[in-house]
Formats: sequence, C-alpha cells, structure tokens
Amino acid sequence: MKSGIAVVAAICLAACGNDRVAAPDTPPQPAPLKSGYAFLQPQTQALQDDDFANPSFLWVDRGEALFQEADGITDACSDCHAEGARSLASAAAHYPQIDQESGRLVNIEGRINLCRERYQDRPPLTYESDDLLALTAYVAHLARGEPVSVDIEGAAADWYSRGEDYFHTRRGQFNLACTQCHDENWGKKLRGDTISQGHGTGFPAYRLEWQTLGSLHRRLSDCDAGVRAEPRALGSDDYLAVELYLARRAEGLAIETPGVRR
Amino acid sequence: MTDMPDRPSAIARRTFLLTGAAAGLSTALPLGAMADAADADAAIREIFGDKPINDGRVSVKLPPIAENGNSVAITVSAESPMSFDDHVTRMAIVSPRNPIADIALFKLGPRAGKAEISTRIRMAGTQRIRCVAEMSDGSLWQGSASTVVTLAACLIG
Amino acid sequence: MATIRIAAPDTASAGDVIELKALIQHPMETGYRSGPDGKRIERDIIERFEVTYDSETVFEADLHPGIAANPIFTFYTRATTSGPIEFKWTDQNGQSWSETHELMVE
Repeated sequence: MKSGIAVVAAICLAACGNDRVAAPDTPPQPAPLKSGYAFLQPQTQALQDDDFANPSFLWVDRGEALFQEADGITDACSDCHAEGARSLASAAAHYPQIDQESGRLVNIEGRINLCRERYQDRPPLTYESDDLLALTAYVAHLARGEPVSVDIEGAAADWYSRGEDYFHTRRGQFNLACTQCHDENWGKKLRGDTISQGHGTGFPAYRLEWQTLGSLHRRLSDCDAGVRAEPRALGSDDYLAVELYLARRAEGLAIETPGVRR
Repeated sequence: MTDMPDRPSAIARRTFLLTGAAAGLSTALPLGAMADAADADAAIREIFGDKPINDGRVSVKLPPIAENGNSVAITVSAESPMSFDDHVTRMAIVSPRNPIADIALFKLGPRAGKAEISTRIRMAGTQRIRCVAEMSDGSLWQGSASTVVTLAACLIG
Repeated sequence: MATIRIAAPDTASAGDVIELKALIQHPMETGYRSGPDGKRIERDIIERFEVTYDSETVFEADLHPGIAANPIFTFYTRATTSGPIEFKWTDQNGQSWSETHELMVE
C-alpha cells in the first residue's frame, strides 16, 4: 500500500506548473479502449455478469415498474415509448444530447425529468433518488450492448469543450487532473486498485464502495472529493459537460448498464 | 494470516485520510471495535455450547482476493447425506476480525437435500473466515478459508 | 421499501433437489458508518430470513451486520408437493415482508 501512496505522490509531483494539462486536438481515446469492467477483479466481473445476483437489477426492476406506471391522470412512459420511432432500445447510447426545445444539454436523468414535466405533469425527481436512479438504470439497460455514439457538434460543441477543460484541469489539494490518472496512468496500480480509463459506460452502477446503485455524477463527485477538490452538485452543468466529454471519449464502447464497480 | 501486525497504524492512516475528505461516508471503525480469534471462539460456544469441534466435512469457498470488503461472495457446504437420520441442523459463519464475530447462522434439515449455502459477507480486512456445522448426532465440524482484502485507492464513500 | 428477486424453478419432479435464490433490497446498515455530517448512521438490518414450503420451514437464517447490503442467499430444498414457497424476511424492528413462488411438482 505504501507504493500506492508513492504513485499518488509521483503523479502530484509531476503535476507542478500550469493548472491545465494540455489536451490533444483530437478527442483523446485511450488505446486500446477498455471499459471499467476490464479493470475489475474476476469475482466483481462475475457479479456484473450475473443478471440475477447483480444487485443493480433491484433498481432496474423497479425502474421498469415505474416506466409502466400510469397515475390515472397522465400517460405512463411506456404509453409513448412503445415500439417504433420512440422506442428507447438504443437511446441511452446517444446521451447526453441537446434538448431541441430548450437548447440545453441533458443526460438521461434530465430527459426523464423533462418528460415528466412536459408530458406527464409530474414533478421532477430528485437527483440520486431511488426512483430517478431506477428509471435511469432501466432506460440505460435497454441500450445494453449498444456502442456509445454522441453528437458533439453545433450547440453541443461548447458543452464538449467545457467538459474537456474540466477533465484536463488540475484541482484539489492533490492538484490532479482527471487526465493524469485516466489517460496517462491507466493500468497502473494505485494501492490495491488498478487505475481505469475512467469511462462511464456502466452507470448507473452498483459500486461495492457505496453498497448501492449510484449515478455517474455521484462517481464524478467522488473523484473530485478523492483529489480533495470541492465536488460539484449532482446534475450540475460542469458534470453534464464532463459526461458528454466522457461519452465522446468512450465512443464505440458498449453500454454496460447496470454495471458493478468496486 | 488472521491478523496484520500493522493494523492500528493502518486504521490511523485511514482515519487521517477520511478527515481530509470534503464529503462522503466514513467506513472507518473506532479502534478496538474489532473482534479477534477469541471472540470468534466465544461466538461459536455461544451458539453450539462447549463441545469439541472436529476439523473437516465443512468447506468454505472464498475468493483469494477481494477488492472491496463490503461484499465478498462466500459458499459454505457440509458433507452429509441429508437424510432424516443423518443431516446438518445448523451452520454458522464466524469472523475473527469483523466488529461482530457472528455473521450468520443457518438452520436447515433433511428437506434441504443438500447442505450448501451461498451468500455475500462483509470482511473488515484480510482474515480467515470459519464455518461450523452441527450434525443431527450433535457433533460439530468446521472448515475455513481466507481472503486478502485489498485497500482501495479512493476512500471516499 | 422492500423488494425481493427470487429465482426458483416453476416445475420439478418429486424428490428433486432444487436451487432457490433470493436477492433482497436492503441497506443492511451496520451502525458503524458515519454520514457526511459526521453523525453515526443507525443500525438497520434484516435479522431473520425464512422460507416455508409444504407446511414446514425449510430454511432459516439469523443475520448480523456482517451480511452484505442487499443480501443474497442461494440454498436448496427437496421438491415434495405442488404449492407456494414462501420467502419471508424480518428487520430488527419486527417489520416483515414476504413473497411467494408457486412450484408445480409432477
């Protein structure tokens, strides 16, 4: 474990100087591209592979029930999203994306809440609530196996560069940028862990550390806290921007939701 | 293997790291809150009484390494015909290092058909988990297995 | 909130040893963790899990905080007669939930 701390120290020492770690001009996909799954111990992988034992499915089941739940006043999600054009079979692989009506970037959580507001006359669900996690996990799991592919042109371009910026900016008492672990040092050991490439393709995921299902934004918040930086709010513009950057960076990787992570 | 000599300093370091955390759940345990081998013996006596325990007939399956002690898959099984005359009545899983030695006590009988149970347990550090089975003739048998619980890089919950 | 997932065969032959699996949504809060505010989170665990089939308890478990969150159990029983297999779990406050699975025995 001492060598793990030494790695942190080495990365920190190497990080003296500018606040921003140079970003390449083209989207920097780690090569070869490897999902977070590839960095797990075999028994953690086995838990994700087992559609009964994977505890995330408790939320997926609940999400499916909520998706089909009509309240007697407005339609259920499933009334609109049946087969055909509005099918959600692969939708999650193309999020975050710009909401045409508002021009803003939304992730799946945001889209669910917009749908509730616009079409169901229901109040938005709180970020990280069991219901929003359940619906998000259900919708994302419909796209399981679909390769990630997001649009970063037009109105999304500014969001993308904001996310790229966040990813390359050193922050916190450790003075570390995301890129220093997840681009420059993935595959190396940090204490008992192997540093991953930092993809979000399994989220919402059941983290053994959390002992529950959690969103990608909760994971990002933990990363920030991990380098002793002030975490942003879940659902904040910063994290939405990072989510878009990460999706572009993971382009081609398959959606794994509901994943299991350590 | 059941104990690590540097345990107090490891906890002190973990507590220190958490103190510096901006947010999150603490998983640190207060010093002295851990069970030890004697506590595990006491837990077993509490359940089964002060009878001799034979080695064998019970097997414990655990992964060699767990990257997080919050959820470790375990399978315990006992060799038994599971007939009305000869079967397993109870099986206990006991830890020599968790805050509480008792983890679970299973009661089964001839209708189980097979004395094998799988679940997931918490392990507060590297340790050898014990399982004691009581047979219908009153005899006790035990087996054990150990897992190395590695330390996570990021301790923020 | 309590949810269970059950995996069990729908049909079996009399005498077959069948595998039963249950995954229960529950934090199994140990009472040893503290939250972001530094306050200790109260213990909240399922203390008992039992399975009844053919008018008899065929599996029982007394649980402690050493059982992981969202507990899962895989165990066995011998198929005897058609009927419900009842899974029941009770927390430390005595609140209990149950779910049944219908087994057809040929």
